[in-house]
Amino acid sequence: MTAQPSRDPLLQVRRLAKWFPVESGLFGRSKSAVHAVDDVSFEVRRGETLGLVGESGCGKTTTARLLVKLIEPTAGEILLSSSGAPPLSLAALKGRAAEKAFRAQVQIVFQDPYASLDPRMTVGAIVEEPLAIHGIRSPRERRERSADMLQTVGLAPASTFLPRYPQELSGGQRQRVAIARALALCPALLVADEPTSMLDASICAGIMNLMLDLAARMRVSYLFITHHLAVARYMSDRLAVMYLGKIVETGPTEEVLARPLHPYTRALLSAVPRPDPRARREPPKILGGVKAAVDPPPGCRFLDRCPIAADVCRSAPHPPLEEKGAGHSAACYLA
Amino acid sequence: MEDGTLLAVENLSVRYAVRAGEVSAVDGVSFALGRGEVLGLAGESGCGKTTLAMSILKLLPENGRILSGRILLDGTDLVPLSEDGMRPLRWRRLSVIFQGAMNSLHPVYKVADQIREALSAHDPLLSAAQARARTAELFRLVGLDPSLMDRYPHEYSGGMRQRAVIALALACDPELVIADEPTTALDVIVQDSVLRELQSLQSRRGMSMIYISHDIAVLAEVSRRLAVMYAGRWAELGQTEEVFDRPLHPYTRALLASVPSLFGPKKRLDHLPGEPPDLLHPPRGCRFHPRCPRVRDVCSARDPEWQDYGGGHFAACWNPLGGAA
Repeated sequence: MTAQPSRDPLLQVRRLAKWFPVESGLFGRSKSAVHAVDDVSFEVRRGETLGLVGESGCGKTTTARLLVKLIEPTAGEILLSSSGAPPLSLAALKGRAAEKAFRAQVQIVFQDPYASLDPRMTVGAIVEEPLAIHGIRSPRERRERSADMLQTVGLAPASTFLPRYPQELSGGQRQRVAIARALALCPALLVADEPTSMLDASICAGIMNLMLDLAARMRVSYLFITHHLAVARYMSDRLAVMYLGKIVETGPTEEVLARPLHPYTRALLSAVPRPDPRARREPPKILGGVKAAVDPPPGCRFLDRCPIAADVCRSAPHPPLEEKGAGHSAACYLA
Repeated sequence: MEDGTLLAVENLSVRYAVRAGEVSAVDGVSFALGRGEVLGLAGESGCGKTTLAMSILKLLPENGRILSGRILLDGTDLVPLSEDGMRPLRWRRLSVIFQGAMNSLHPVYKVADQIREALSAHDPLLSAAQARARTAELFRLVGLDPSLMDRYPHEYSGGMRQRAVIALALACDPELVIADEPTTALDVIVQDSVLRELQSLQSRRGMSMIYISHDIAVLAEVSRRLAVMYAGRWAELGQTEEVFDRPLHPYTRALLASVPSLFGPKKRLDHLPGEPPDLLHPPRGCRFHPRCPRVRDVCSARDPEWQDYGGGHFAACWNPLGGAA
């Protein structure tokens, strides 16, 4: 369905962490922190889509915001490869010019197409804006390129969409405008944070098909973030499953779905309703409810909910993400 | 139908007055719901599924009105009833579970007090001790620890709040519960446990339920019969397995084909071109015809009739799939 991705890493994330301080205790004197993203490492290869899945509060959106430098990490490194040159480190970017160069390569599409587009700008101005910021001076060239982009994302004829305002468009059309804006500069990586979760099924399928087609045509890689596992399967070559700030499993999509290694991944998969009235599902094997990762104890993050926890899980630190099969890793002592 | 009909909706039409005119939100909808039956209602945003629910409860916003039709609960027409006439029926005979659990619970009252209010509104003679005992029982019923009942809604997690809303809806042992996207805001593991709880309560108490969702997979699991709504009208209705196996309406087929699956062979999804129509100016004839891959001349000229294709499998289509219409 998608072009064969290469083994070349495009984006490398190393030991990334983001802690948010929370005040607690009398007069807010004791300092605690939510470990929203905690020692996370992964890579996105050139031409592939990595699906980042997990439930609300697992840290997927924080990861997205770190990648596009909307927030600064507490620790860790984000490296972007550029052809021929040594990889660019997000933390080491000095000055506006370097930051601009990075932003031209890494773009983002947000979940809410009603909030992410400026209601006072026309569709034309919205798609032209990144072109202007990134030095395409000729207004004519900008207009032509934005018209091209609108056609590319299926808003045709472009001339009927350019003068309109976001509020005159449907949710699906707005999300297409957001994609056109994000891809206008031909970035190497698009971070898509739940881009379809506010759209209806038939519209969602159209956006997913569009993104798959664009990946092949424009050779853009995606980090596709979603809570919807079937959507993640449809979009991704590889999956990374997050739980409370940690990646607990990663591997080729079909492999992870067919042979999930981590007990959390297994619970998630068995909780998904099947679009088949004859299917019968076993209840997911998981204990209790999810907690916030405020000052988490050093052991396995999943311990208190794990149905198979053994003594080693109680005494050892959080298990490292280890390769258990070809490209298939899990952070579990028992996997 | 099991033990006869509890609810019969006949030719119901509902409109909203807006500045630009009148929105035809529900148009000519008819169906019957049996006692103890779970009917799934599928459709996309703006198709009229919530308006239909609000009409049955007579909780339409001020600019909404029932233009025509009857809503028979055990033979009594709810349409002409005043607010005073409806009040004794709500909660006790028919109740609703909304999507946004936070909005259906009052933030400044303890959860137990809100349930007691619903209980005592219908049984003013209930003592405080009886109300507490009944509330504790309801908490256990929906899988909540009764020790939480004196807390405020914001102290609950999303899943707990949704269970509290279910407890509230079931407080007076209603015969009919309308569940409008009751698990949509929940994460998948919590959704699973709330769904199981709701299904087991439904079957133990023999309630009738209309389960509204945009999620076809959830409906496949909970409903015996499934209705599909498009642009204010019912497109199709039948046994859930029948509708999945042999959809008659092209919209139903498109809806089913647009949903990705977690298992089985991975295939490219179909998506419908275009957008649902503006219901201020609905298209003439079949409201789906501008997007329909099977459109014929007649589709834009006349409304398709609601027709039985056998075994209680209905559709409103001039050119149904696999049908000889």
